Amino acid sequence: MMQPREDLDELYEEIVLDHYRNPRSAALLAAPTVDVAVNNPFCGDEIRLQLKAGLDGKVEAISVTGRGCAISQSSGSLLTGLVGGKDANGLHDTVVLVRRLLKGDRLTEADMDNLGDLAALAGVRRYPVRVKCALLAWSALEEAAEKLKA
Amino acid sequence: MSTAARSRSLDVARIRKDFPFLERKVNGRPLVYLDNAATSQKPRQVIQALVDYYERYNANVHRGVHTLSVEATEAYEEARRKVARFINAPDETCVIWTRNTTESLNLIAYSWGDANVGAGDNIVTTAMEHHSDIVPWQQLALRRKAEVRYIPVAADGTLDMDAAEHLIDGRTRLVAAMHASNVLGVVNPVRELAAMAHRRGALIAVDGAQSVPSMPVDVQGLGCDFLAFSAHKMCGPTGIGVLYVRPAVLAKMQPWMFGGDMISEVTYEGAKWNDLPYRFEAGTPNIADAIATGVAADYLSGLGMDKVWAHEQALGAYALDKVRVLEMFRVLGPEDPSKRGGLVAFYHGSIHPHDLGTALDRMGIAIRTGHHCAMPLVRSHGIVAAARASFYVYTTEAEVDALVEGLKEAVSYFSRSRTPLRASPRVQR
Repeated sequence: MMQPREDLDELYEEIVLDHYRNPRSAALLAAPTVDVAVNNPFCGDEIRLQLKAGLDGKVEAISVTGRGCAISQSSGSLLTGLVGGKDANGLHDTVVLVRRLLKGDRLTEADMDNLGDLAALAGVRRYPVRVKCALLAWSALEEAAEKLKA
Repeated sequence: MSTAARSRSLDVARIRKDFPFLERKVNGRPLVYLDNAATSQKPRQVIQALVDYYERYNANVHRGVHTLSVEATEAYEEARRKVARFINAPDETCVIWTRNTTESLNLIAYSWGDANVGAGDNIVTTAMEHHSDIVPWQQLALRRKAEVRYIPVAADGTLDMDAAEHLIDGRTRLVAAMHASNVLGVVNPVRELAAMAHRRGALIAVDGAQSVPSMPVDVQGLGCDFLAFSAHKMCGPTGIGVLYVRPAVLAKMQPWMFGGDMISEVTYEGAKWNDLPYRFEAGTPNIADAIATGVAADYLSGLGMDKVWAHEQALGAYALDKVRVLEMFRVLGPEDPSKRGGLVAFYHGSIHPHDLGTALDRMGIAIRTGHHCAMPLVRSHGIVAAARASFYVYTTEAEVDALVEGLKEAVSYFSRSRTPLRASPRVQR
């Protein structure tokens, strides 16, 4: 069974499983500015994302909750560490960057630094069917950014 | 094993030789294909029928006078007769070729439903249906201002027949139910439902997608008015399905698609419909796949559908016993194996089915994961997805053992972390 294990390690890095088991920022907000729920019709996985923005339009608090696989849920947890202090445009830029990472584009070192631990999800690129899982939370963030702008 | 005992069961080793697909490897390992409820593999006899048609007598049907068109038409109509015999239809004029089970059910909804369901009427289906046996009725109800009712699933995973007795009433026009569940594995008492529907003056439509490939199905014995199924789950090709309609019902139904082949005469003012069943088959049909479907029906008849069913039930019971005792695994559907067919859907308390599925895939084991096109049913169990292993004529006990070992290995893999594996708050039990 060694070969399957080594293959799987690319997808399920320790940090991914840790975020799955111990999701960060997973408490619902009392008064969110935007509240978005998305699901993946292919598998049924669910993500709910809430943002609280200040008067300057910048994110002050976030919550991501949901039900689903290790990839979709850890991606949601990792997302929560990348949005603080960003406005709608900043959120949008981050979504674009993450899409590029997960679809296999080569990112600059500076971009990779900005993504931090999320780089651990890059192994999903070898599993095209699982890319959708990893993107679920980010499509919620994109929708939230649009609402924040409006 | 005695000769008598052998003759009562499938010769799986011999059957496996008919399926070239089973020779392939996945991720460097021998394939263990346990996704048969999604689609079955095809024996070489069926594949050869497709090749023969395209290499030797590819021509359009019901048109030309030339030899090839005559040969193609004969083969196409012979396949219809084979399918009619396979489900014990009174004759072949009540067997309509469609694309799949879903199209067959939609044909009922548009052709029969729009003409026979009115405001205040209801359609009774079940809480365990596939989306294809829910959404067409919801849309029909919207068009006709009717209501859709759902027979609940009892705690033991069987249909609540007492509730059915109340839900099916004088305003029920149609009862629609799956014969065998693609998630719970349960076989529904379709004959009793048919009798219940008929007592109230309603018709019954049976979704045979999971039953026709696996057990003897006799439309006259069941008393069903409609039976829908797909060829690709029963050793046949994709892209072709069947709708059986009881002759007295079919005679009064109007076509729902219009064009060539479904008419007997066209003028600039209008058209007359062709004979049955052709008026429901507008346009050039799926000739090659229809012919191959006839070969698939013959292949299964040659094995003996009673033996196919015995084999599936035995494997279902074997897998049920092995999976339900695994720590933190729960199996959906009845605990009584005699009420089940050849599939087992299950979930683990803290590992999502997709993660299990990816791990098994690395070991060459193919299972289905997700909502199985039955979102309402899966959600009613407090989960968003389940894993499913489903068996067919070529599946062996050794493959079920490989599944069980694979599941243990996957659990061990996901438990490797120093963070102990525990029931995640994100997965409800």
